[in-house]
Amino acid sequence: MGKFGIGQPVRRKEDVRLVTGRGCYTDDFNIDGQAQVQFLRSPHAHAEIVSIDTSAAETAPGVVTVFTGKNASDDGFPVLHCLANVKGKDDKPMFSPDRPALCTDRVRLVGDLVAMVIAETIEQAKDAVELIEVEYNDLPSHTDTATAANPDTPQIWPDCENNTVSFWENKEPTEVDEIFTKAFKVAKVNVVNPRVIGSPMEPRAALSTYDPEKDLITLYAPTQGVHRQWGNIHKHLPQLEQDNIRIVSLDVGGGFGLRTKSYPESTLMIWAAKRMGRPLKWLGDRYETMVSDNHGRDHVTKGELALDKDGKIMAARIYVIGSVGAYPFENGPGVPTFSSGRVTGQVYVIPAIHHTVRTVLTNNTPTCSYRGAGRPEAAYIMERLMEEVAVVMGIEPAEARRRNFIPTDMIPYMNNQGFEIDSGDFEGTMDMAMDLADWNGFKARKKETEARGKMRGIGIGYFIEASGGQPEEEARVKIEEDGTATLYVGTFSQGQGHATVFPQIMADKLGIDYDSINVIDGGDTHGEVPFGRGSGGSRSSMMGGTATARSCDEVIVKGKKIAAHNLQTTSDKIEFEDGTFKAVESGGTMTILEVAKIANDKSKLPDDMDPGLNERYRYDRGNVPTSYNHPNGCHIAEIEIDPHTGVIDVVKYTAVDDSGIILNPMIVHGQIHGGVVQGLGQTLLERTSYDPENGQLLTGSFLDYAMPRARHVPDLVAGNNENAPCPVNELGVKGAGEGGCCGAPPAIVNAALNALKPLGVTHVDMPLDSEKIWRIIQNARPVAAAE
Amino acid sequence: MSVSVKMNVNGKTVSGDVEPRTLLVNFIREHQKLTGTHVACDTSQCGACTVHVNGKAAKSCTMLAVQANGADVTTIEGVAKSDGTLHPMQLAFQDNHGLQCGFCTPGMVMMAIDIGNRHANPDADTVRHELDGNICRCTGYHNIVKAVMAGAKAMNASK
Repeated sequence: MGKFGIGQPVRRKEDVRLVTGRGCYTDDFNIDGQAQVQFLRSPHAHAEIVSIDTSAAETAPGVVTVFTGKNASDDGFPVLHCLANVKGKDDKPMFSPDRPALCTDRVRLVGDLVAMVIAETIEQAKDAVELIEVEYNDLPSHTDTATAANPDTPQIWPDCENNTVSFWENKEPTEVDEIFTKAFKVAKVNVVNPRVIGSPMEPRAALSTYDPEKDLITLYAPTQGVHRQWGNIHKHLPQLEQDNIRIVSLDVGGGFGLRTKSYPESTLMIWAAKRMGRPLKWLGDRYETMVSDNHGRDHVTKGELALDKDGKIMAARIYVIGSVGAYPFENGPGVPTFSSGRVTGQVYVIPAIHHTVRTVLTNNTPTCSYRGAGRPEAAYIMERLMEEVAVVMGIEPAEARRRNFIPTDMIPYMNNQGFEIDSGDFEGTMDMAMDLADWNGFKARKKETEARGKMRGIGIGYFIEASGGQPEEEARVKIEEDGTATLYVGTFSQGQGHATVFPQIMADKLGIDYDSINVIDGGDTHGEVPFGRGSGGSRSSMMGGTATARSCDEVIVKGKKIAAHNLQTTSDKIEFEDGTFKAVESGGTMTILEVAKIANDKSKLPDDMDPGLNERYRYDRGNVPTSYNHPNGCHIAEIEIDPHTGVIDVVKYTAVDDSGIILNPMIVHGQIHGGVVQGLGQTLLERTSYDPENGQLLTGSFLDYAMPRARHVPDLVAGNNENAPCPVNELGVKGAGEGGCCGAPPAIVNAALNALKPLGVTHVDMPLDSEKIWRIIQNARPVAAAE
Repeated sequence: MSVSVKMNVNGKTVSGDVEPRTLLVNFIREHQKLTGTHVACDTSQCGACTVHVNGKAAKSCTMLAVQANGADVTTIEGVAKSDGTLHPMQLAFQDNHGLQCGFCTPGMVMMAIDIGNRHANPDADTVRHELDGNICRCTGYHNIVKAVMAGAKAMNASK
């Protein structure tokens, strides 16, 4: 309704606080009497712990105590369990070891937790960490995903043969093998999705405190919604009652999937707060954040498409090896298997797919969901394959896609993994993107670039993902007598603008004043929101949005009853529009504010009615494959390469996303921009480098790990195709958070290969850093290099 | 051993005894309880800690508190007027959706005001170059660049 309703670029309510420095992130919050925590982390990628001597540290100035896994393991000490359950052939269970929060006899990655020091000040705690003597017996390590399962690769866990955590296969290969024998052509591509470090700007932090009277431990930590983490963290601390653990998130400085996890540090802070009986504070520095937040991607993938004489796909083979790091952690093994597998065939008609996923152990940080979580990898292999289809068939890349897109008349389309793609206008979206990118003007722009001595390429990256995440969400809408309204909702924002977008839905539905609406979200397990599933899997628009809309519907139902009672009619003869209840027969009206004003006055309510306009709705979309929504989009990158330096400059980038109906275009475009640049970072800059000899992380700071900066990014052109609203929720929304990082890698790599095509270059793996590109150019043009 | 420092923070004279190794950012956050200035990288790469020292942008994690002795320091808390009216650059960040999670924002705004002080009407290339010391993980920079251009223009129009 009006300028604050659905579809409007409403400015954010949260911003005034954040631009004036009044945000409150975890490290901005302190409790009197708090002691400081520092951790001793393993300097070895793989070693036996022979002994730990904490005596010097314990007597150092200011030290309160020192915990190790050995001296603390008898006390309800947290042990982490993997939450994924990926079954192999014949229901073979995955390898799922218990992981003590502090290592006891073996370390398996650089950064593994060995001891926890508690002291009066941070400096004293840091000094004491250095006084701990640990004797290690170094063991061979490895960090290479492709070779992790080889028989001669060092084994990380004694009872995990070939370092294989799980091996999943969608079906027997027979049918697909048979089809491949009949193929006219085969397109074949092997790709790497390199390991990336998600790096929210807020370092990880935790503050824990214990109230003995209530027997209540409170953990303040950055999360993506506390309720989901609450249950998970309790699995690691079963000795405690879940209700005796309270989790609170204040402002959170970026999540990207990383902050949905229950980390060893957080479980230790909970355990230690009770054991010590005093508040404890831990602030991770950037290095600790980089080694301890879960990493993302790290897949090695082989893909093949069998093509008929028209270039149509007859069958596909997708074989993935994904590293889960040294420990299967949270949903780690599920990311390459299921999160990716839901959308393996992407937006193309593929009659048969043979798909296998092997998850393997490597001596480095566990991987789990990072923005996109498996879907960027699924998009990347398929879009690199489509480019190869164009090559082997001798057709244009766009034409290769056109011949294979799922046409609108085949939608809903049940994909090979049993997920129903319920809406989409794939060719229409690509056409919009090609128009917006001025595809036809590329030749002229290439000429101009070449006149300046550079190379230019253009590339397409189409993607589809499965969004919605956890299947339940709850909202409650309360309208006070004075007309102010509060939404209580279990989603949680780390910058996605929920405090703005959900009130837009309410203003639209209820005709109430946008400025009078306040939002309280799922940031406190013991607060006013009893249930929530937070943010993750691009779920908030559909799950929080629908729960909000349906709570509004409940308010209208009750409002009709109150209005009917006061307008001397029955509620079925009341209409509601633009904030006004109208009696159809008499024409009498009451505004929703007038209804709210009397809603607590029992004399004006029907006898059997509870007072108040305060309605709750639990939205359960059903935990079934048909209940996801499927955002998709076409991204087009144009890049220039300076052949003298190998630097790739993305000079033009166009994204047309189908996120269904757009609630707030300003915020949706902001999500696209952010996702695209994380994808750009992965593609061009972000190399997570380990020393192959000893497993040391060589890129453990922003000095070494190349984060994208403003100069790496062109003006981004973002558009939306709203022609295919999502039919499974009445708002018609699809996720918007993760498409950017799905579209960017294939668009940019395809553009780079397009530019390098005249040199005969057909393959390059991310990241496309300047040295790699320079070497490729030099090797392809030795004569030019000698000039 | 501690040394005493005295400086003007957001128009107020403040002093304190600090260890010589105390960074300016810790003096601001811990001694002055001004938590709008953030620490995100420890290596002077990200600019979340940017404040103004004697009117120029400086990374407060890269300066000792004693180096700011006697200086005029402005943090994000000192940018809006005392009646709450936002600085034109703060308003531009809101108007252009130049922030998402908000963690890098105080440093971005302080750097952006410095850019506005030196460039009345900067173009996008200038802004992108000037922002090289500030990292944002959420926005993809597109809207930050728009905000800085608009904010710089507004700052200089209202002069």
